[in-house]
Amino acid sequence: MAARLFRLGAGPAIAAGLALLILGTLAAVAWQAEGLSGLSSWDWRAVRFTIWQAALSATISALLAVPVARALARRRFWGRGLLVTLLGAPFILPVIVAIMGLVAVFGRQGAINDALRALSLPEISVYGWQGVILAHVFFNLPLSVRLVLQGWQAIPSERFRLADSLGFAPRDISRHLERPMLQAVLPGAWLAVFLVCLTSFTVALALGGGPRATTVELAIYQAFRFDFDLSKAALLGLVQIAICVAALLATRWIAVPASFGAGRDDRVTWRGPAGWRQGTDALAIALAAAFLLWPIGAVTLRGLPSIPDLPPEVWTAAIRSVVMAVISALLTLAVALVMALHLARRPSGWVEGAGMLPLVASPLVLGTGLFILLRDVAGAQALALPVTVGVNAMMALPFALRALIPAARTMQQDYGRLAASLDMTGIARLRLLVLPRLARPVGFAGGLAAALAMGDLGVIALFSTDQPTLPLKLYQLMTSYRMADASAAAVLLMAISFALFWIFDRGGRLA
Amino acid sequence: MLECRDIVLHREGWEFAADLDLRPGGRIAVIGPSGAGKTTLLSLIAGFLTPDRGRIAWEGRDLTAIPPGKRPLSVLFQDQNLFPHLDVASNVGLGLRPDLRLSRDQRDRVARAIADVGLEGFDKRLPASLSGGQQSRVALARVLLRARPILLLDEPFAALGPALKSEMLDLLDRIGSETGALMLMVTHDPQDALDFAHDTIVVQDGRCHAPQPTRDLLRDPPPALRDYLGRAFG
Repeated sequence: MAARLFRLGAGPAIAAGLALLILGTLAAVAWQAEGLSGLSSWDWRAVRFTIWQAALSATISALLAVPVARALARRRFWGRGLLVTLLGAPFILPVIVAIMGLVAVFGRQGAINDALRALSLPEISVYGWQGVILAHVFFNLPLSVRLVLQGWQAIPSERFRLADSLGFAPRDISRHLERPMLQAVLPGAWLAVFLVCLTSFTVALALGGGPRATTVELAIYQAFRFDFDLSKAALLGLVQIAICVAALLATRWIAVPASFGAGRDDRVTWRGPAGWRQGTDALAIALAAAFLLWPIGAVTLRGLPSIPDLPPEVWTAAIRSVVMAVISALLTLAVALVMALHLARRPSGWVEGAGMLPLVASPLVLGTGLFILLRDVAGAQALALPVTVGVNAMMALPFALRALIPAARTMQQDYGRLAASLDMTGIARLRLLVLPRLARPVGFAGGLAAALAMGDLGVIALFSTDQPTLPLKLYQLMTSYRMADASAAAVLLMAISFALFWIFDRGGRLA
Repeated sequence: MLECRDIVLHREGWEFAADLDLRPGGRIAVIGPSGAGKTTLLSLIAGFLTPDRGRIAWEGRDLTAIPPGKRPLSVLFQDQNLFPHLDVASNVGLGLRPDLRLSRDQRDRVARAIADVGLEGFDKRLPASLSGGQQSRVALARVLLRARPILLLDEPFAALGPALKSEMLDLLDRIGSETGALMLMVTHDPQDALDFAHDTIVVQDGRCHAPQPTRDLLRDPPPALRDYLGRAFG
């Protein structure tokens, strides 16, 4: 029966179920929402802030990425490979941990303000809109650098040899080779960051708030959690969906590159120019590395010694989170695998579209919708953990599909006919062909899904629960100013997230 | 009898048609220019393609709606005949059970088949550690074990040098005699056709001509085939 289902149409069935779940949830949100007149000027301010901060974060990330990527592209130095690999780490770094790090460096007790005070200069604040932008740049600068760096490495080295032989000065190289590349790459890189920042919740929750730094996602949370105004939350959810859909429509004209992937970096590039440009390149790399590593280093130094003193409820939360993350990752993998295998056999626009639907629905919108749908069945207390697991599994799906679909297509092309001619179907095909051939992308996708679920502080915050996940526990410690415990919990959360990714990814490589 | 009755397949402005009767145990070469439809013919018989019209039957049993793995045939492709992540014994064992849950007796048969193609002691090796000729032998061991009454060969030895290729054809000849299978071999080398096949099907512009004795065909080729061959053989 299972084998039969697998062969006949588990792909479309699962895709239809997923689409039904997401669209049904959105429909519940729409049904609950009142007319747009329900939006106050405060809410419109949140809409404007959401778009404005996303645009500004994307612009700053893109501008700063250019010198860093250029320096990485044309210089070779010890630790360069490690640095490029580390640029991929923020994708699975829990947001709340990074926020702890930024507070440790840029907060009132941080090194920057200590220095400013010593120089009798005015202090800076990490809270408010500037904090939101700072955190977004922290997360997305590495992503932008990777995307722009890929652009640089995509320029054939023969071009640079030709430029060398023609005696091009750096200015000529820039005009003939680099600027055309940047014109092609930067819009996509900008849009990728813009999309990520549109649904920003945790950063706004921890660093923003108030009239001048509230995103729509945060407004949904406040309406749901503090006002318990479900129709307001639903209305804001609709606004959030509209913003995301509008932004995604832009991707029809501008291709958004995949926002992760192993840092392929085996190309021989050209000799960078000598002279003062060596100095500026070194500076760009050093500043970028410091900006990324310092906060993580600071929170690690602060938190590591306190780990043995962590209260037992933090450890309980950690175990709860690991179990939830693993279940969530396995759910993602099962759904993504069935859909990818189906797509490999026959391309189907709507099945692929269903897999990308989570990009339209933000976690908080899904959480609100699922609560509306299920509130008569169970209370918020009982719903908190299952809904969190489900939403996290859905949110990781687009990334898992992006990793699995190309691999599944290759497998189908290479071995589909051989397997068919030997009558390998169902479980035998899964065991002897699919899992061995797709072990690496399956491990990678599972690692991403597990790490994302582990670090997520989204849906769980909606529900008042006495069973917090580790990120929620960390946030609670932070807001009650137990900074030593919060730092230790942050180190723990970071270590577990990276360990989960490593175990899945490694497992896939060894299989 | 393998019947391909009034087969028609349309593909983006291209039409393929075949109407053939092939006797059990026969050895038939399929030759013709590339793109003429040689692989299409094999894919239709194997079940990778479904004809728009017509039917395919073996000994009176209609195969048209039967999936490839359930048809009474084995296929050797141009490449990718082995799973690179499975060892030699597993790759051969798949011919007996697609889920590889083999009994002791079946495992013995696998070992004998491997020894039979001259690869004794290679059971645990992965395909990547074998030469091209050895990989072909593994695939042939599986064919031997499956012992299906039809064997389709889509230029499986095209990548091998002349000496290895004739070695493989000899092995194939022996397997054919042992299993009594109807063998259909796509080739672009008229010498292969002469060495191997009593009869030859010429495929041209999507049309399959009825099998004719290879020797006669090559000695006095029709004009279209002469253009392809460049000269007469035999």
